[in-house]
Amino acid sequence: MPTPAAPEPAKTEPGKPEPADQGLAKQGPSHPTLTARIRKTFSSTERPFLLDVEFNAPPGFTILFGPSGSGKTTLLDCVAGLAVPDAGRIIAGERALFDAGLHVNIAVAKRGVGYVLQDLALFPHLTVEQNTEYGLAHLSRSVRKQRASAMLQEFRIADLRQRRPEEISGGERQRVALARALVTDPCVLLLDEPLGALDAPTKSKILNDLRRWNQAHRIPILYVTHAREEVLALGERVLVMEEGRIVAQGTPHEVLGAPLQESVAQLAGFENILDATVESVHEDRGTMTCRMTSGLLGSDAGSLVLLETPLIRADVGSRLRVGIRAGDILLAVANPVGLSARNVLPGRLVSLERRDMTICARVDCGVEMEVYLTLAARDSLALAEGREVWLVIKTHSCHLMRR
Amino acid sequence: MSINWQAFRLTIELALVVSTILFVVGLPLAYWIAFSRRRWKFFVEALVGLPIVLPPTVLGFYVLVALGSRSPLGRWWQSLTGHTLAFTFAGLVIGSIIYSLPFVVQPFAASFSSVDGKLLAASATLGASPLRTFFQVVLPLSVPGLVTGVALAFAHTMGEFGVVLMIGGNIPGVTRTVAIDIYDQVQASNYAAANAMALLLLVFCFVVLTVVYGLNRATPNRRSTNRETWAMGPVKK
Repeated sequence: MPTPAAPEPAKTEPGKPEPADQGLAKQGPSHPTLTARIRKTFSSTERPFLLDVEFNAPPGFTILFGPSGSGKTTLLDCVAGLAVPDAGRIIAGERALFDAGLHVNIAVAKRGVGYVLQDLALFPHLTVEQNTEYGLAHLSRSVRKQRASAMLQEFRIADLRQRRPEEISGGERQRVALARALVTDPCVLLLDEPLGALDAPTKSKILNDLRRWNQAHRIPILYVTHAREEVLALGERVLVMEEGRIVAQGTPHEVLGAPLQESVAQLAGFENILDATVESVHEDRGTMTCRMTSGLLGSDAGSLVLLETPLIRADVGSRLRVGIRAGDILLAVANPVGLSARNVLPGRLVSLERRDMTICARVDCGVEMEVYLTLAARDSLALAEGREVWLVIKTHSCHLMRR
Repeated sequence: MSINWQAFRLTIELALVVSTILFVVGLPLAYWIAFSRRRWKFFVEALVGLPIVLPPTVLGFYVLVALGSRSPLGRWWQSLTGHTLAFTFAGLVIGSIIYSLPFVVQPFAASFSSVDGKLLAASATLGASPLRTFFQVVLPLSVPGLVTGVALAFAHTMGEFGVVLMIGGNIPGVTRTVAIDIYDQVQASNYAAANAMALLLLVFCFVVLTVVYGLNRATPNRRSTNRETWAMGPVKK
């Protein structure tokens, strides 16, 4: 039976969550922890792909974050039983859904795993109500009606019950898909980019309903997304995936705030990622000076470009990467003075390219940097290719990563 | 105009029996072809499709041999009923079923495999067995294909000639169908009678197909039309 529980505080040590999670698992079958070790190779595709992950998902949201093709959907398919791992185990609470060693492979229909697929996969020939009742066929008609109706109320789509999926909006369809999966009282919930194509207000309303439901039910929810705002809005835990592996995990703040892996940095929106070596460390000032060794131009010899960055634990001479968001860089047409920013780089405009309402400027200042400007800024500064400019970069806009 | 109503009734009866049996036989066969991952599936597909390319006389000849008193099937039937299957209505039904099998199985299988695999996955994760998924998801979404298959089998049986001639011969009330009757009338230079029967068959088949395709277009197809299909071509309103 679902019991309301306070949201569990985010784990700060996601690497070793076993002891605490075992305790949660013993609370009863409706509060299981999902423990999985999955290994699966695809040799048939053009490029051989290996999914090799091990993780623990306690009740609550666990976000799977990563570029497309990183194996997120395959991971969900393995948990749901739609794909069969080559090796490993998948355990929900104390129930083994899959165990290669013991030859356990529970059929998809018997796993009790709720899965909202990427395109929702609502049955087009059934009404909203019939879709919601689909997973309750084992119950009597009256119980079925009652449970479906309660779930439709909870997701605020009760007035659509006689409509078909094609007759309702995208946001409503997402709600139906969620209601259809949740009404079955799953032991684990898998959501594959469930809010992908929605506008922000609709998204946040659905997220609120989902969060409310999660607080009342507390089951492990694996939530695949590309969107940063969804990670920050929902995330208790984030697993970052890249090429079939989990490359980082932790709270959204840990993973997205101080990225250590380049893939994370790219996802977090760093348009400029530069190789660097530590030139000097100023512990008294809390900064370091780094020499850029290559930029987008690809020259590997050390350039003359120096950047002052925040201090991290690194020795002089150690190799790092610096990530700088294109929107964090200021551009001036005269050498600026009297600034708090510590980095002022002279350079020359290589190109100006309009992307929707943003101007993307490329500036060669020894390394090539991408800078975002507004249309108004371009016009008022009378920018043109070849023009001499200065880039202004704050110390704290330089994000350091392992190389 | 003299119309041989007996032959007409017999032909409709044959077409109804054959398309009903083919509907029942076609479902599991098409399901297997659509969803099986066996390597030798192509072999079964080729076998089922054979009647499309084979001359009806070839098909009729082998069915006749298989049904005759020298074959095990023929002997078994003879021991059961006292007469052979050849030149009987039952023999005609068997031959027609084989002859029209691809016209049912191919549209069935095509519409089964065009059902979005994600719907099948969703159905399974919601606890449905493959059988329940078939009856509650695959079948309702394949109605146009089912209607097409049955209509084709019906019309194909109405107009068949070679197989009937080989297996059934020309026994009034038993195996003399409209197509045979027309052939006979022409042989006897009764062109008026041949014309009457031919026209009747033409109009009847046309009406049946028109009604079937009209219904098919009006109801279930409207829902399964997806945006992409019509967005690709010029939209007429």
